[in-house]
Amino acid sequence: MEPLDIDLAEGELELPSEPMHLNLGPSHPAMHGTVRIVLELSGESISKADVQIGYLHRGFEKMCERGTWTQVFPYVDRLNYVSPMLNNVGYALAVEKLCGLVVPDRCQWYRMALGELARMSDHLTCTGAMAMELGAFTPFLWAIKAREMVWDILEEETGARLTHSFGRIGGMAKPPTPAFKELVRGTIPRVLQLMNECEKMLLKNRIFLDRLENVGIISGKDAIALGWTGPCLRASGVDYDVRKAHPYLKYDEVDFDVPLGKKGDTLDRFLVRVEELQQCGRILTQICDRMADDGPVNCDDPRYVLPEKQDVYTTIEATIQHFKLIMEGAKIPKGEVYSYTEGGNGELGFYLVSDGSGTPYRVRIRPPCFQITNGLSRLITGRMLSDIIPIFGSINMIGGECDH
Amino acid sequence: MSEAALSRLKQQFGAAILETSSSFGDETAVVDATRWKEIALFLRDDSKLAFDMPIDLCGVDYPERSPRMEVVLHVYSTSLRHRLRLKARVGDDEMNGAELDSLVAVWSGVEWLERETYDMSGVTFRGHPDLRRILMYPEFEGHPLRRDYAANRTQPLIPYRTESEAGVPLEKLAPFGPDEGMSFGRNPHLPSHSEN
Repeated sequence: MEPLDIDLAEGELELPSEPMHLNLGPSHPAMHGTVRIVLELSGESISKADVQIGYLHRGFEKMCERGTWTQVFPYVDRLNYVSPMLNNVGYALAVEKLCGLVVPDRCQWYRMALGELARMSDHLTCTGAMAMELGAFTPFLWAIKAREMVWDILEEETGARLTHSFGRIGGMAKPPTPAFKELVRGTIPRVLQLMNECEKMLLKNRIFLDRLENVGIISGKDAIALGWTGPCLRASGVDYDVRKAHPYLKYDEVDFDVPLGKKGDTLDRFLVRVEELQQCGRILTQICDRMADDGPVNCDDPRYVLPEKQDVYTTIEATIQHFKLIMEGAKIPKGEVYSYTEGGNGELGFYLVSDGSGTPYRVRIRPPCFQITNGLSRLITGRMLSDIIPIFGSINMIGGECDH
Repeated sequence: MSEAALSRLKQQFGAAILETSSSFGDETAVVDATRWKEIALFLRDDSKLAFDMPIDLCGVDYPERSPRMEVVLHVYSTSLRHRLRLKARVGDDEMNGAELDSLVAVWSGVEWLERETYDMSGVTFRGHPDLRRILMYPEFEGHPLRRDYAANRTQPLIPYRTESEAGVPLEKLAPFGPDEGMSFGRNPHLPSHSEN
């Protein structure tokens, strides 16, 4: 072989010093969600970042203005498709606020239970996927195995694993199945056990910790000004959880803690989610103890709630009621309302404007991760290229929700 | 809950608060569009209001009204735990003069919200650092969340950008210049190992 060092004039092999432009995404295997980040790199550190969203825009708000109020449910399923039940419940509560409806106690507990299951699925996916993107494949598989157990319950209840379309104005599509409580009681310890194992695997791993600790720090004040909510805000030490601050459903009657971070770095965001999983388990156990085994689930209000199927086929009144509700849609009183719940990523708000007809005049959704993704560019600017992966993983951007 | 906030606002700004209302537990103030930013700053800085978090900003179109577009801002105070809805009405029938002062200097989080409102409803925000479309692509025609934008309307096809429009060479560049990269082993004039 010829020698490797060929005589070269000094400086001939100098690397170019002008900044390099790099497109990360829209479809990159280490980013969850379709998002494009246009980066200006100086060496390996990021001097400028432009986060571009919108690749999953499906005209959600426009589509809602075409159907009936009930036909919005399948759309909200597809907003945050990792925890669709929380969206279902959030939207149902918003419409009910406008109608002045309060669902029966049993339904409130049931909604809470399904919502907490969805939150578990959200956090499991986020933490698992984040670990995978950092090269830890086993914890990801465990988290997905745990999520599968949660989805099994949801499938048993709703018939669908992912897009349930299970909420209704004034109730739910179906009452809880007889085995529901037993399923939840049996599954929760197994899910938490799996998560504990994941946690042990990850939090004793030097590589994992080094990539998370002191990376992507945001102060509580900045996070508030950006409109961050949910686990990302709480990781910065701000105690704001809609379930505690403005309790809805029966959250004021259950006992749970709101975990807070100290530094607001990526590790804190990870830990807050892991701890919230434990709290979900606590809430679910209490729900199983408190929820009645029988009793009505739907409101008894023929203006909004569909009649029983067997009555539709046997009585003329119910047939007419069914026909009117399906063809014209429930007439929601005129007015406007902003209703907010704690979604998987933070405050999930619906701003609804009704003109009194069966079709929404305006449905505005306030997706929590839109605001959070807004803050992404300032988190990654000045950091190394490889830091994007844990930071982006920890903010849990969900394309369907962020891009409307 | 935030009735007090409404009266405080009225006391401070008087005639600039055009309407106030409370329904379903939500307090709303419709304000003079020209004093939008001033009022927002007061909302943030006044110790009895302390609205530190921008929750949401959107446009609601009422084509039969004048001004036509209602820009709706929701704010929240994490310390006092109260909320307020602030509205400003802008734009005539043709959406001329649909302009508001940008609130990015007040709450940094409204940056994308204002871009979205511009994109979807066509409200321009004066002084916004980077007002371009966010969910739609730059060549998109119209503003989809206006009531007169038909939901089944199609958009024109977009021609490929020319190099001068894109500002960068669009031809693929070779990864290495002649004097870059590995200068050994690949040189055809040197004996190659690949033949073995």
